Amino acid sequence: MEIVLVGLNHRSAPVEVRERVSFSAEQALRAAEELRAQGIFHETLVLSTCNRSEVYGVPPEPARESLDALSSYLSGFHAVRSDLLRPALYHHYDRHAVRHLFRVASGLDSMMLGEAEILGQVREAYRAAHSHGATGPVLNRLFQGALEVGKRVRSETDLGTRPMSVASAGVKLAERIFGKLAERSALVLGAGTISEQVVSQLRDRCISRLYVMNRSYDRAAALAREFSGEVIAWEKWQEALALPDVIVTSVSSEEPVLLRRALEHGMAARRNRPLFVMDLGLPRNVEPAAADLYNLYLYNIDDLTNIVEQNRSARQGEVPRAEAIVEEHVAKFLTWQAGVELNAVIAALQGQLKEQRTALVRERIARMASLSPQQRAEVEALMDDLLEKILVDPARRLQGERDLRRKIQDVEAIRDLFLPERHRS
Amino acid sequence: MEHLFILLTLAAYLASFAAYVVFLVAGREWAGRLGSLFLAAALVAHYYELLDRSRGLHTVPYHDLSGSMSLFGWLLGLTYLSLELFHRQRSVGAFVLPFILAFFGVAQLAPSDRFAVVPATGVAFALHVTLSILAYAAFGLSCVLSLIYLAEQRLLRERRIGDVVWRLPSLDLLDRMSQSGVLVGLLSIAVGTVLGFVWVSRLTGVLWHYDPKYVITLVVLIAYVFYLRVARNPTWRGARASRLCIFNFALVIFSFTVVNLFLTRAHRYF
Repeated sequence: MEIVLVGLNHRSAPVEVRERVSFSAEQALRAAEELRAQGIFHETLVLSTCNRSEVYGVPPEPARESLDALSSYLSGFHAVRSDLLRPALYHHYDRHAVRHLFRVASGLDSMMLGEAEILGQVREAYRAAHSHGATGPVLNRLFQGALEVGKRVRSETDLGTRPMSVASAGVKLAERIFGKLAERSALVLGAGTISEQVVSQLRDRCISRLYVMNRSYDRAAALAREFSGEVIAWEKWQEALALPDVIVTSVSSEEPVLLRRALEHGMAARRNRPLFVMDLGLPRNVEPAAADLYNLYLYNIDDLTNIVEQNRSARQGEVPRAEAIVEEHVAKFLTWQAGVELNAVIAALQGQLKEQRTALVRERIARMASLSPQQRAEVEALMDDLLEKILVDPARRLQGERDLRRKIQDVEAIRDLFLPERHRS
Repeated sequence: MEHLFILLTLAAYLASFAAYVVFLVAGREWAGRLGSLFLAAALVAHYYELLDRSRGLHTVPYHDLSGSMSLFGWLLGLTYLSLELFHRQRSVGAFVLPFILAFFGVAQLAPSDRFAVVPATGVAFALHVTLSILAYAAFGLSCVLSLIYLAEQRLLRERRIGDVVWRLPSLDLLDRMSQSGVLVGLLSIAVGTVLGFVWVSRLTGVLWHYDPKYVITLVVLIAYVFYLRVARNPTWRGARASRLCIFNFALVIFSFTVVNLFLTRAHRYF
């Protein structure tokens, strides 16, 4: 009942390799099905995100033996040369595999420390694999544990609460002012990459109306189309200032595009309702003096970058607490795993003792002709009692007492000691 | 027994305050939940303390400054907990608890200046007092929320974003919470005042006689109705409305202290 993990991520593989070994949702399920059909795994699950592709499985044979088969399978599945793929792969077994998954679900292994999306991706991968019957008791328990760890880290630490990009810092600040953005509107001036990132974040928060303005109408139209917004002609920018609650500017211009006077008129037209302005342009697009206007909140790219930097160091400070939660759940999982394995070992041990006792009785006691059937039965009962006292009783105690199991997490030792000739199942 | 409830109440309020501070500063969810639990426990213990205090009077403890302030603290806690549950927002607790503790603490230290010139008993009278003090407590809570609003707004405008800003409620929510408090206060004071008139007319057969308390109560009512009206107006919404709310509470304090102690005889402690 070992657990194997083989995968690659942003640390082990360059993007050219990562993008070739990425799995779509449909591919992930097909791979899981094939891995089980080929007997490489009993249970399996493929987790694929933009920065990682990982295969988790429970092999029928000792884990290290299934590694070659899995590497070859991945190489074949994605048509990537083995010499290119193998150096990029990492592999973990048992407790290391468990710890790795729990760290992944917590966002501790992410490129952006503490990112929130990964927990949803783990949940989705598990849901899909489970509903297709690819997982079994071990992976079910493992992934349910991972989801629990992820949730605890999110609720008990500040690892994921602070924004880590300029776009998300800006949108979170808008939420500090307006609360939920679902009934708010935004105007985006400029249709560059950074505007796109902010718009994407605003759309994630279901902003009700989105207006896009750009000197190039086509680019504005493309951005508006992608995010279900409306295009406003560049010439109408003064009228447009009265519309939104949030303004995002990232226009390439030597001089400020939004002067204090224009914003003052805009604020008057909107009867001083609060306005949040994210100036992401460099040089700045908004005249700094506009920050004095009543109910206007102005943040430029430096302000937002400072917030991101503060948050980055604060998140690092949360890592030890998150790691402690991970370790707690790793121990919990291993204790459960040892308990399940013990059940199997004890059942096998009892069977073997019974067999040996029967053989012994047949061989030795049968020769003792002087024994009456009653005496023979008594000797057999005595042997049973003796075996119970010496072996089965401690084994049962082991089953019942959690602390003992924690001390003997490596059940292999017991198996090898008492059942040396049995193959692992 | 009375001391037992005082100690229990004090301990639970302090524990609640500590838990709310941990929640605000360190962002621990469990601490926030603990803060609410301790506050609920404190309110139960405080209720029994009030019950002890009013035993024998068969009415609410209004007869001295001490009882009146203790009741104020209890109703402030109750109003806050209701708002917390309604708006699902715990980060304000750390700011409200010091006020509750202050009222509770001062109530224990205040002299028992018994004052009962009128046979002040009966359901209508008890409700009149309770609703009036509930209104003051709700206005007090709105004042605290407005202070938080101004502080948070200042930090946001000056772009001084520390840890706490991320945990405070949004400005919009603070505004709405403050308005909810004022609405509760207005309803309470309106109903409480009507009940006061009913009680006086039953007692004396006269519906109206001049009392400076009536004037200040009318001023307070008008001031808060004006606040509710302008707080929803975009031009006023935000910092201006918050300042008005704080000013209005100054009127309440004036009514509760100067008017009660020096200008009226019938409304000395409520």
